[in-house]
This record gives sequence, structure tokens and C-alpha cells, in this order.
Amino acid sequence: MNNVVLAAAVPVARGISHVWARNWRVYLKNPLLNFAIPFLEPILTLAAIGFGIGAYVGMVGDVSYSCFFAPAVIGTAVMHAAFFECSYASYVRMYYQKTFDAITATPVTLREVVLGEVLWGATKGVIYAACILVVLAIAGLADFPASLLVIPLALLSGVLFAAIAICFTAISPGIDALNYPMFLFITPMFLFCGTFFPLELLPAPVQAFAFAFLPLTHVMALMRMITMGAPTPYALVHLAWLIGATVLFIPLGNRLMERRLIV
Amino acid sequence: MPSVPAVIEADALTKYFGSFPAVDHICFAVEEGEVFGFLGPNGAGKTTTMRMCECVSPRSGGILKVLGRDPAHHARAIKREVGVVPQETNLDPEFTARENLVIYSRYFDIPRREGESRAEELIKFVELTERADTPIEQLSGGMKRRLILARALVNEPRLLILDEPTIGLDPQARHLIWDRLRSIRAEGRTIVLTTHYLDEAARLCDRLVIMDHGKILVEGEPESLVQKEITGEIVETEHTPAVEACLNSHGIPFEVAGEVVQVQTKDPAAVTGALLASCSIGRVITRRATLEDVFLKLTGRRLRE
Repeated sequence: MNNVVLAAAVPVARGISHVWARNWRVYLKNPLLNFAIPFLEPILTLAAIGFGIGAYVGMVGDVSYSCFFAPAVIGTAVMHAAFFECSYASYVRMYYQKTFDAITATPVTLREVVLGEVLWGATKGVIYAACILVVLAIAGLADFPASLLVIPLALLSGVLFAAIAICFTAISPGIDALNYPMFLFITPMFLFCGTFFPLELLPAPVQAFAFAFLPLTHVMALMRMITMGAPTPYALVHLAWLIGATVLFIPLGNRLMERRLIV
Repeated sequence: MPSVPAVIEADALTKYFGSFPAVDHICFAVEEGEVFGFLGPNGAGKTTTMRMCECVSPRSGGILKVLGRDPAHHARAIKREVGVVPQETNLDPEFTARENLVIYSRYFDIPRREGESRAEELIKFVELTERADTPIEQLSGGMKRRLILARALVNEPRLLILDEPTIGLDPQARHLIWDRLRSIRAEGRTIVLTTHYLDEAARLCDRLVIMDHGKILVEGEPESLVQKEITGEIVETEHTPAVEACLNSHGIPFEVAGEVVQVQTKDPAAVTGALLASCSIGRVITRRATLEDVFLKLTGRRLRE
């Protein structure tokens, strides 16, 4: 029985890896630029916060504002990187470059293309997280070695944001329509999900909404526990939410993509 | 039925888009090693048929076997042995010509080293050696089509499916592709192609079908189709009311094709003689019937969307 499952899983894993590897090779075409951005972005953001806003805000609870804000740099970067990759970038590959059509004429299936894209989107999130983590380590804004857990968390949240993005890609009539989830879903999360200020400052119903429906709320709660080295039992709830949502959105993305492309 | 199993077997193959039958109960069999053509106007159902054979579009009904297997259940295994030249150029614009072939070979699980050596050979085969390291967007249309042909061969397919392989190409590029297709056939591979170009079909195909409105109208060898569908030769002259009246007075049936009048006849000398003697025309041409005449006879002259 196990052998049968394994025999079925091997070609699927291969297909996914070929799709991932294709995107990785494109990424490596311009390594200097592609690796410089994830380093430069957090340095600029942290400088603006640390030298600027942080000077006005002072302390959040018993930590400095920079220390409070640092995990948000990682959380939002993972969200943006993964979501952008599997929305706009995937849409370009799917619609304009016909890359999905070219690949599905080979033994690689559409499901493997979708999963390879999602895994690639998550990989970009992880690349950002790793680069930012280095900056935070140098700036003394993260607790080590516990903060290394940021990497697996970035992978999980990257997969989730990428899977949500691929769902929107599958139903978008045109590339401009992707602006809707970007501005109605991603940007509000960037501003309100415990990133720039604690979630507790929001009215209770808004907090409840954020907790129930917005993935970044859970990513931020976990990120902060990790970089501050202050875990609570709630970590399991947040983790369960993220895993549950991932399990939901991956098959949904597959179904929506099949509905769009297999005619 | 032949004793050797067919490479593609379709029986009452049907594809609906909503309630519209794009392919309507068609039956055909492609034998090992032959070049088999699908002709037809736009919207006849050729591409849809190709896509079903390529295992990328599920059928709505009927039986389809490609390389002895059902695409509904064995798509991955079938695709391993099939090469596809799609109508739309979908080369990967992020890579050079050579990289396109190497990356594509990976989708077939071909080891990188092996993929690189096949890419080298195929680049030579389609005469793109000097352009091997050129990014896709800097290739001309003809070069792109040649590269797509090379890409379709990267898995050494038993069956090559080409949808409009020479669309939009200049005569030089078309001849090169025809020449390469002949040598692929000589290696014993089976080729299925669609085309609008009737001279292309006449040159390349061992057998062909003409499709329209989702149905197959006729099937056969190009030469025998012409003989079967058109009696004798074609006499052509200019289309004027006087010529029309004159032909009518002689009781000669004719067909109007835009600026020309065509007469199908077994006795072209008599028709030409009558025209020249009593119709006061400036120009008359007698020619052999071609596949194009068969095509227009069967599918009509009306423009298709």
C-alpha cells in the first residue's frame, strides 16, 4: 500500500520541482538585484522607523518601538512577496507568456504547475524573511536562536498567501482585476493586523474580525512571539488557523485553476 | 481494421463547449509512421481535436485512444511519448533558445546532461546554431517556429502533433520546416498536423481529412481525393455578364468565384474552344484540379469568422 502511494507521489513531486526550478532559474538570472532588494528594503524601513517614528512613540509595553515593529517587517514582507509572486507574476506566466500551457503539454500536470507556483511564491517569502532576519540580527532587534523559527513560519505563511493569491489569479478576468485583492485585502492587513500598532488598540468587533478572517493577524502574533522570545499557549491556536486555511486554499486554488484552464 | 494498432484511434469523438458541438462524432485512425493532416476553415474543430489528442482537453464523448491508451486515464504516460507544436508560440521568454530546450527537457524528467546534449543536436537540426544563446524576443517569427519544432522533439516522441506549424512564415522558413518534417517521418515517427495551407497538406500528408462544423467531410490520400471529388480539369476565365450569358447559352454549368468563372470539365478543349469562338473573352486558363478546389467545393466560399 505504501509503495503504491509512493509510486503515485514521485511523479507529482518531480513535476512540482520542475516548475519550481524553472522559476528559480529565472530568479537567478539577476542575482545581484534579486537578493539586494530583500536586504535594502528592511534597512530603509527600520531606519525610518528607528530614527523617525520610533523617537516619537517611545515604548510599546515594555519594549522599544523598533523592537515591536521589527517582526512586522518580516511578516508583511513575506505576505507581499508571496502574494505578489502568485498574483501578478503568476498571471503574467499563465496569461501573457502561456507558460502554463507549454508545461501542461508535457507529463507535468496543471496541479503540479499550481503547486510549483505556490511553492515558488512561498520560497520568495522565505528569501525575504531570511534576508531581513540577518538585518534584524545585526541591529539587535531579534532574540536568537529562537528567531530562526521565523524561517519555517515564513514558509508556512508564504504557502498560505501564495495559495490565496493563486485563487485570485484563477478567477481574475484580467491582470488589472488583481488590484482588488491587493488594495482591499493585502493593504488593510498590512496596516491593521498588529503590524504598526498592537491589535488590542482596535475596537473589539474589528479585532474579532481580524482574528477570524485575516491571516496576517496570526502570522504577526507568531512572528512577535518568536522574535521577542515570548511564546504563549495561544501560539497553537494561531498555528492551527494558518494550517487550516492553507489546507483549505490549496485545493481551492487547484480547482479554480482547472476550471479556468482545462477546457 | 489494420493489424498494427493505430497511433490514434477516434470513434464518435465529440467535444461540446456548452451546448455547442465543436467536434461532432468524428471517426479517424492515424497509422504508425504516416503524416496525417486535418484541413478545414477556421472554427472547423481541428484545434479542439488536436487538443484532445494532446491530452490537454478532456473529451465530452466517444472513444479516443492515443498510442493505445485512453487520455482520460493515462495522460501522463501518453504525453511522455508525444511532441506538441501549438498554434500559439509559447516559448519561455525568460530564457535563450538553448535554455528553452534544456528547461523543457526537464519537464520530461530528462537528466540535465542528456537534455543539454539533445538541445545541442536539435538546435543544429533546425539550423539555429548561431542563435542558440539569443533571448527569445530577439528571434524572428520563423526562428521561433523552428525552435518550437525543436522543443517538440526534445523527448524523442513517437507521435508529433503540429497545429498550424508554418503559420505566418515566409517561403524559405516553410520549406525548411517541411524538409525537417520529412526527415522526422523518415525516422519512423508519426506526424499529425493541421493546416490552412492546401499546398502544405498536398506536399506533406500521406492521408488527410477535411473538417467543417465539427464533422469530417472526406478522408483519403490528397491525390485520390482530388480525383474523386473533381471530375476532370478546371477551365477559368474572367467573370463578366457576357461570359455568364454565353456559357448559359451553350448549356455549360459553371461556378462563380469572385473575379473568375470556373468550369469543371472532362473535355477542357471543347469548353475552351466554345469560349474562345463565341464568347469574346480575353483570357482563358485550363489547369488541373487541386486540393484547394476540393476544399472550396466541400466547405464553400463564404468567409469564416
